[in-house]
Amino acid sequence: MHDIYDELVGIVGEACISRAEEELYLYSRDQGLQPPGRPDYVVMPTSTEQVREIVLLAGRHGVPVVPLGGGLVLSGLSVPRRGGIVLDMKRMNRVLEVNELSHYCVIEGGVTQGLLQAYLARRHPSLKHSVPDAPPAATIAGNIAIHGSGHLSQSEGGFHSEMVTGLEVVLPTGEVCRLGSCSTVPKWFSRAPLPDLVGLFLGWNGTTGVITRIGLKLFPNHPLKDVLMFMTEDIDAVPDILFRVIATEMAEDITFFVTPKPAYFDGFQMTNIHVVAHTPREMKLKMEIIRESLRPYLDSKEAGFLPLPPHMKVNLLAAPQKSLSEFADIRKGGGFEYVGSIMPVESIPGAYRAGLEITARNDVTYSMGARVVGRGHAVMFYYAYPFNRADAGEIGRVRAALDESNVAAMELGGIPWKTEVAGQRMILERMEPATRDFLMRIKKVLDPQGIMNPGNWEVTP
Amino acid sequence: MTGLQWDPEICAACETIDCLMKCQYVRYSPEQARGERDRLIAGEDTAILRDCVTCYACEEYCPYHNHPFYRIVERQEELGIHPVPKPIEKSQVVMMGPKGRIKTEAVRAPVVNLCFFPQMKGAIRGKLLGDASVIIGSDIFCNLMFLHFARNSTIRERLPLMMKNIMEHHLRPSRVDELICYHDECYGTYTSWAPAFGIDVPFRPIHFFDFLNRRLEEHAGSIKPLGLKAAYQRPCSNRLCPETDPLVDEIFGKIGVERVRREFDGENALCCGGVMEAQQRFELAESNQERNIADMKASGASVVVFNCPFCFFTLAEKAARAGLMPAMMSDLCHMAVGD
Amino acid sequence: MRHEELLHRCFRCGWCKLPTNYVDFNCPAYLQFRFESFSAGGRMWLIRAWQQGELKASERLARILFTCVTCKNCVQACAMPGIRDQLVDIFTAAKGELVEQGIVPPAIRDYFKSMQTYGNPYKRPATERAAWAQGLDLPRFAGQDYLFYVGDEGAYDELGIRMAGATARLLKRAGVDFGILGEDELSDGNDLRAAGEETLAMALAEEFIDRLKSHGVRKIVTLSPHALNIMKADYPAWGGSFTVRHYTQVLVPLLRKMPLAKKEIRVTYHDPCYLGRWQGEYEAPRAVLRAIPGLALVEMARNRKDALCCGGGGGNFFTDVLGHGEDQAARVRVREAAETGAEVLAVACPLCFKMLDDAVKAENLEEKIRVRDIAGLVLEAAGA
Repeated sequence: MHDIYDELVGIVGEACISRAEEELYLYSRDQGLQPPGRPDYVVMPTSTEQVREIVLLAGRHGVPVVPLGGGLVLSGLSVPRRGGIVLDMKRMNRVLEVNELSHYCVIEGGVTQGLLQAYLARRHPSLKHSVPDAPPAATIAGNIAIHGSGHLSQSEGGFHSEMVTGLEVVLPTGEVCRLGSCSTVPKWFSRAPLPDLVGLFLGWNGTTGVITRIGLKLFPNHPLKDVLMFMTEDIDAVPDILFRVIATEMAEDITFFVTPKPAYFDGFQMTNIHVVAHTPREMKLKMEIIRESLRPYLDSKEAGFLPLPPHMKVNLLAAPQKSLSEFADIRKGGGFEYVGSIMPVESIPGAYRAGLEITARNDVTYSMGARVVGRGHAVMFYYAYPFNRADAGEIGRVRAALDESNVAAMELGGIPWKTEVAGQRMILERMEPATRDFLMRIKKVLDPQGIMNPGNWEVTP
Repeated sequence: MTGLQWDPEICAACETIDCLMKCQYVRYSPEQARGERDRLIAGEDTAILRDCVTCYACEEYCPYHNHPFYRIVERQEELGIHPVPKPIEKSQVVMMGPKGRIKTEAVRAPVVNLCFFPQMKGAIRGKLLGDASVIIGSDIFCNLMFLHFARNSTIRERLPLMMKNIMEHHLRPSRVDELICYHDECYGTYTSWAPAFGIDVPFRPIHFFDFLNRRLEEHAGSIKPLGLKAAYQRPCSNRLCPETDPLVDEIFGKIGVERVRREFDGENALCCGGVMEAQQRFELAESNQERNIADMKASGASVVVFNCPFCFFTLAEKAARAGLMPAMMSDLCHMAVGD
Repeated sequence: MRHEELLHRCFRCGWCKLPTNYVDFNCPAYLQFRFESFSAGGRMWLIRAWQQGELKASERLARILFTCVTCKNCVQACAMPGIRDQLVDIFTAAKGELVEQGIVPPAIRDYFKSMQTYGNPYKRPATERAAWAQGLDLPRFAGQDYLFYVGDEGAYDELGIRMAGATARLLKRAGVDFGILGEDELSDGNDLRAAGEETLAMALAEEFIDRLKSHGVRKIVTLSPHALNIMKADYPAWGGSFTVRHYTQVLVPLLRKMPLAKKEIRVTYHDPCYLGRWQGEYEAPRAVLRAIPGLALVEMARNRKDALCCGGGGGNFFTDVLGHGEDQAARVRVREAAETGAEVLAVACPLCFKMLDDAVKAENLEEKIRVRDIAGLVLEAAGA
């Protein structure tokens, strides 16, 4: 493999490649509980051309290529299962264009959520992008490649992958392709009206190519923000509550959560409703409409809006919420992993009950919740389990709980999201055979040598 | 079991029914008010049990100190009327409940009871107040807030333990017999609610303003008059101890602050609206807040002064947006002595 | 090792890489090398793996750890209250472990050796410590109100000497009653400790504390925020309780009485880590700058608690372990400063002064922006 190293140095320069134990150790694992997988090289390209050369080189030698964004997926999707080259994309972090009037930006494949957020706040304060609840070091490319969602998913059209207006990708065979309007005209405004090839890279966990540029939708940034927390004690009421709030079309973001800690939340279900406005009058009106939508619950006294102290509002209004990262240390052990599941709204009560059973059975603590995606077209429901990295017993119990949550999610009519290799296989087993064959055929066409993130979306191990 | 010391005969003989006629949140005709009063005496369900915003004001209005408000709360609880949605009520009972984390800690007089407002710790500082011992937390919390939740029972159940904690962990071992209550709510608990329910208080409660006033006297030499016009936001719990309200004027006098005359001060004070929000009466809360702040502005005040931290949380931002500087009474005094 | 019980509590969520306003990567080592291993979270995981025997100590590990310049951005940004405040101390402790094992980058080893042999990183005799003050007519410390302490950079570094001179003249002009120690100064030990040589740093500091006491020093005004930091934060525990202030802090109240000429310039200010994130002083230097009539202070996108370090801390100023190139913190920083349109990049620390001055040259920005120390700027406005 020595010549591969030298060839890689020739492409990216010595400073941008490592095969030292330290990097190989770190890039062998993410924060979750999947088994480690050791790369042979960690490489940081700085341009599409370098990515192309690396992919061609990998193809020549039949070496796997695993693209890595922020490395925060938790389910091992960017941990190399069969060695090879990890492509750490974070040196490609330029914002290339912001088109204010057409509400989109063009960014490189390693741009982090935080960087784009800060860039827009400084240079284009009237615009924003949809921010996931991941830490700001997560990348936009990584997030769209796994169908992430975020704080504008309810109001502005769904999963982040749906907010993509175009892509530049390096195919596993080394061609650089632009997809969407940018393929034909020098603007990145839309995927329509062309045959939509962008989908070939969204949800594929990096098995079909490397995303090097993204056209991303931007949305109006309102100066006023507020949040309501609606509290119930009847899980079966939650889908109806969501339905009513969604119907007002007044909320920006709608999330639901349950948690046993702090104790005053235990046993209750909370729905957070974020509202934005341009003027105080608009805010007042929107709040009123949302509150009225839940009038029957208020009149029955069975549910209501919790008055929120100022510090709690500050926490809830932050995007991303830093306090969510603290969850990883509630066991004083720096670990957590979750099963996210994309499911219909009506599955929430069942998912919740299954979660309670799983956590009780495995003696683990938890937090569960959901974010509404689209106008109630789906939710991303999560079962999150914190664990102590220094406690092998607890790690084992959390692993079991994660596995059971995957199964439960599917049985409830949901599909595990950004799931680990085993979960992907479970999905493929249940997929219609014709669809599965079609998927495999496309993969084969795009990546004849099977070098792109191998192990993912494969029927057989 | 301790019961409310409320005399139905006094109510029955009352001609004016000030409790309801002076109420700022219900508009009953004298005839309706009499009907409400009669049904309250008879122990029947009646409109006021649902209309009441639990602002405590009728405790002040009643010329006979016959505890009309405590009676309303008793009846609400007996009839299972929930002024606040049930899950919020249940959650608050857990949130504010004693955590049993209290440790015996030596204190030295003066001892200030900061209620369950850990964020207010910084208020007891500097040359003015810095020598005071502070006690704080869920294990010494008066729980009087459950008046807003129709839960006299929760207060009855918890208060004895709280007083025991205060005595056994703080006051008795340090041979202190006075407790300065920062929050009107605690002072009201010990001087109004506890006696009304026949519960003995094992220490002498002192109102924070009394203490502050004395301290300002001692530091008279270092006071730089602030020269401010202030609107005072009188909290609902001061209705339980209206005799302490003139202390606001005394304190203001010492620090060179003018308490502006305005419609919604004194007996006519308006609730901050926080409790109304919990009761899901959002429009009422908002209109109250708007009227209150407009009145503050119209009176020429540049500062709005609070003693209740809860009022502060509810109103400060809105007041600031209207161009009024929100300030806690203690901070204003610190400012005057240059702390 | 110290804090071993905290190592597993890092989630490696990556908040530590960014400032709190996310403008760009804000950890100098991560910015430069960009491998996960060079972020605070990466270090935490590697130290744990090493302590648990999964990884061997190596030159690479040493490079990863010794390139922590102790700027404290990670402490500011970390999302985990359980470990946040200890992060830099964990890295320093891990450096210390490597020092014990003798696995230290060569440049760092040289630095330690100079400190041990000469008592300063410049390999210069102590007798030259007073050279900076020649011609300034400054009294030796003899019970004055303040001791003015210039430290290694103030005594030996070309720009540091200039800055020390300007500061001394300004203090005099402002009427501060002070003396200097000259040859009697010793290194304060801040950076030596941050570089992992805690034993030697402490020994130096203790010797210096004794010396300060024997001179009867009670109040110290420092040129460098690094000295300010160790004297305020650590000397008391080592037996030296002094009132210590940075020169900008001493100047603020005095400038009101000093007539300053109008200077119509656009200035941006770079917060030194040891003055800002370590000692919480963000306003005094700005107040000093604003005292100059006509001076327009413009802020960089990363300022105050979010400031990007110049890369000079943790001994890197003397060792260059962080290396050079476009992603070198100081070069990124001067590009950011130039972006504000300021003609002057004002500094309050002799290390930042040199790091940023070199970076302006490396970036070919000399025509656009000049690095100036605050004291020099004020002195000029005072007509001296």
